Amino acid sequence: MIKTAIILFPLVVMAAPAAAQSHAGHAPAAQVQAAPLPPGRVRRGSPNGDAARVGAPGAPVCPVGSVPERIQTPADPHAGHDMSGMSMGQAPATAPADPHAGHHMPDMGGNRAPAAPTTDPHAGHDMSAMPGMTAAPDDPHAGHAMPGMTGMVMPPVVPTSADDPGRPPQAPPPVAATRGPAHAADLYFDPAEMTAARERLRVENGDVRTTTVILDQFEAGSAEGDTTYAWGAQGWTGGDINRFWWKSEGEGAFDGEVEEAELQALYSRAISPFFDVQAGVRQTYRPDGDRTDLVLGVQGLAPYWFEVGGAVFLSTQGELTARGEAEYDQRITNRWILQPRAEINLSAEDIPELSIGSGVTSLQLGARLRYEIRKEFAPYVGVEWTRHFGNTADYLKAAGHDVEDTRLVIGLSAWF
Amino acid sequence: MKFDRRAVLRGAVAGGGVLALQGVTPAWARTGSPGLRPDQPTLTGPDIDLTVGRTPFTVGGRTATATTVNGGLPAPLLRLREGQNVRIAVHNGLDEDTSIHWHGVLLPFQMDGVPGISFPGIRPSETFVYEFPIIQSGTFWYHSHSGLQEAVGHYGPIIIDPAETDPVAYDREHVLIFSDWSFLSPHALLEKLKKSPGYFNRQRTSLAGLIDGGDRMSLEERRMWGAMRMDPRDILDVTGSTYTYLINGHGPDENWTGLFRPGERVRLRLINASAMSILNIRIPGLAMTVVQADGENVRPVEVDELQLSIAETYDVIVRPTEDRAYTIVSEAIDRSGMGRATLAPRLGMTAEVPPLRQVPNLTMRDMGMGGMSGMDHGAMGAMDHGDMDHGDMGDMNMRDPDNAPPGMAVGVGVDMVNMSPINRLGERPTGLEDVDHRVLVYTDLVSLAPNKDRRAPSRTLEIHLTGNMERFMWGFDGRKFSELVEPIRFERDERVRVTLVNDTMMSHPIHLHGHFFELVTGGPAGHQPLKHTVNVAPGSKVTFDLTADAPGDWAFHCHMLLHMHAGMFNVVTVRPLDGAAS
Repeated sequence: MIKTAIILFPLVVMAAPAAAQSHAGHAPAAQVQAAPLPPGRVRRGSPNGDAARVGAPGAPVCPVGSVPERIQTPADPHAGHDMSGMSMGQAPATAPADPHAGHHMPDMGGNRAPAAPTTDPHAGHDMSAMPGMTAAPDDPHAGHAMPGMTGMVMPPVVPTSADDPGRPPQAPPPVAATRGPAHAADLYFDPAEMTAARERLRVENGDVRTTTVILDQFEAGSAEGDTTYAWGAQGWTGGDINRFWWKSEGEGAFDGEVEEAELQALYSRAISPFFDVQAGVRQTYRPDGDRTDLVLGVQGLAPYWFEVGGAVFLSTQGELTARGEAEYDQRITNRWILQPRAEINLSAEDIPELSIGSGVTSLQLGARLRYEIRKEFAPYVGVEWTRHFGNTADYLKAAGHDVEDTRLVIGLSAWF
Repeated sequence: MKFDRRAVLRGAVAGGGVLALQGVTPAWARTGSPGLRPDQPTLTGPDIDLTVGRTPFTVGGRTATATTVNGGLPAPLLRLREGQNVRIAVHNGLDEDTSIHWHGVLLPFQMDGVPGISFPGIRPSETFVYEFPIIQSGTFWYHSHSGLQEAVGHYGPIIIDPAETDPVAYDREHVLIFSDWSFLSPHALLEKLKKSPGYFNRQRTSLAGLIDGGDRMSLEERRMWGAMRMDPRDILDVTGSTYTYLINGHGPDENWTGLFRPGERVRLRLINASAMSILNIRIPGLAMTVVQADGENVRPVEVDELQLSIAETYDVIVRPTEDRAYTIVSEAIDRSGMGRATLAPRLGMTAEVPPLRQVPNLTMRDMGMGGMSGMDHGAMGAMDHGDMDHGDMGDMNMRDPDNAPPGMAVGVGVDMVNMSPINRLGERPTGLEDVDHRVLVYTDLVSLAPNKDRRAPSRTLEIHLTGNMERFMWGFDGRKFSELVEPIRFERDERVRVTLVNDTMMSHPIHLHGHFFELVTGGPAGHQPLKHTVNVAPGSKVTFDLTADAPGDWAFHCHMLLHMHAGMFNVVTVRPLDGAAS
């Protein structure tokens, strides 16, 4: 029964995405109850949306607002100038204030020099001896060689927090900046509709939820004539921080029973840019004894791109075990990828019923070479070596099993 | 038999069948376009009707359904004149909400078109009438601000002619609107990135690249990148492995062609309407004289290549004198693919299409270590590895909260805090450091007209662009917008010096709605360039002076659409409002 459930579970989860994928907010707007509107507001669809009004003679221009006043300036000195003479190869028309106006700067890397500030102390100097750039007067980098820099004006250095550690407070906005309504559009449109639209906007800009199913290994193995199968899969559904995460793995012989199969159901929470903590339960099926464990683990990406994970398991019988895993994707090309993988299992005590001894129970080292036909579909071949240690090895020997095993594997990794 | 659909349609237009344009490319964007002409069916004021709908779109022999405006991808050109009023009725023919944001156009906030900030959005089968006066001139564009519709075709160009004589002289003009198209839905793209952040990158460093030297990166450098869990090839999140790069809605094979007569001054209005692609634009054999940036005239600068970040616009003048074709190349900055179009005297002519160039490697400068003492300011290749023990890399605190402003949350969503941000406005952008021709840098941009507000800023504000590449989380100051963040508040007409610090290794095109800010480039006083969108280079800081002269609520976000969707978004409030509301 449990076995069936374990095998079926991923399928159920696979079916879930359509329902679970929120991308919420893309759904059509909820209908808003028609409530009396404050004066001056319009509701969606009317009267602003009255297409018949478009182009009607005498229709007011800009009826729902006014043009922001902009700061007036002196008349544009270039107004009305025809710059037809400025086409390529000729001197650009420049403002009278430009000290470089009309200067020819022959050796400046071929880039046309944008005019320098009026305060430029180099104004009028011959710059042919200064390849690269002119520096603004306050530029501390003046004179540094900066390969790759072709601009000839150095922008002024504006200090930032990196230059001023300790996170001193920034000047707050003036009091007047907080006056008036919280949401300006509420003055023109139905506030209830705006509230609904704001919520959609919030969800649309960051609240992305996804569901994925990852089949890490789905393989057949062969060693000294016996053929086995194994799978390792996981998946999650949720947002960036909080996720429901499940994992399943198992193995067995094609001509026998499932040797071991497990399913974990976990709550996963991102605690740092690269790591999640996960807690939940694990159900394990074995011919010689099922177990239910509490799980506490961590999973993430270690420096140098090692995908790592570790968890401790406490069974309902009080047995404490642990597992650590690490794998690495070595791109040989962008499609041929060699993945070395290691797994270690530990136990705090002897569990003779399960042939598990205290200490390091087993170590597994493998390497799989996959070809990514698509990123999410890659067949592979590989080899996996497993060795049992200590009392675990003794239990296995006593039962007539091998303590060491090397098998060739062929399989498929996929995700969607 | 090859059926020339476009030729047939041209015939239809000539016959006055404007309605026949439904479901096809607008006239200006059709290949063989003679350029923008008064006799084209351009949408112009004062009354414009737009309908958002779903239309089949074919590129590279495959067809999918795009979200379109008046049935076209790209959407129709709106041609307006400074000083006029415009009424634009937008009808929603979709089965979900839509909206149009007029990118770079100065208008009252309630006309800005961002659902949840400016207005509630446009429901299916409803019509919203935008009405506003046109108080500026230049090249702009418009796009949906609902869901991810912009990524599937909902974008088009706006040209506003100046009320006075245009200071830029030209004989002919073409709009070039660049974009990226995937047959995966943008939601699917985001899902892939959430599960596997390197999913679209097929150019990662590898053992083979180490052995044959193709990666141009030593084992030592690899070890260092590995220690940081950062990828030196993580340049764009979504790449040419799924994108077809479009120019005026045409894929590279369809080779959109714009016509010219040799000797003419041709004005090209370049608009990057991509969802996720920063592009390097060049026309081998033709120099480009930049005359406008983000719709604001600048002193002419002649270059051979420029980086067009997402949502930026540049107007350039080219003067082809020979009777030959020229290839317009829009190469993704990670060199995973490119768009291609042609300028030619006659239809059917083509020029050599240059191959994709080598994928660039990111450097220590992109990690925010470029300004550190003891380090050479040069690129990685020039670093003296003996001076720095990379074994200690892990001890260097690349995520020190002390390097962050006081309000920043240094949590799961922040995988790095820039230790030493550098101002890179004067540097060539990613991948163009070593090309042997002239490349536009931000410090080249100098406003043609004197800037209106010459006041010194009365306060400073530091905003960090933060992310966690492994989890594909993006935000400002360590928070996603969905976490109920405080808005960024300005007093009306306040002059504030804002510094954006990029705590990530990716470029972020940051856009502030409703305003133009003055980039602090160190350029001539009063002539520093005004922009609505600025590309904040990896590991860098960008300072701009903002006059908060547009009362209301405005969106402020990264224009990498999926970065925005993942949380790199906030609201800017400017108070007090007009009249009694204040």
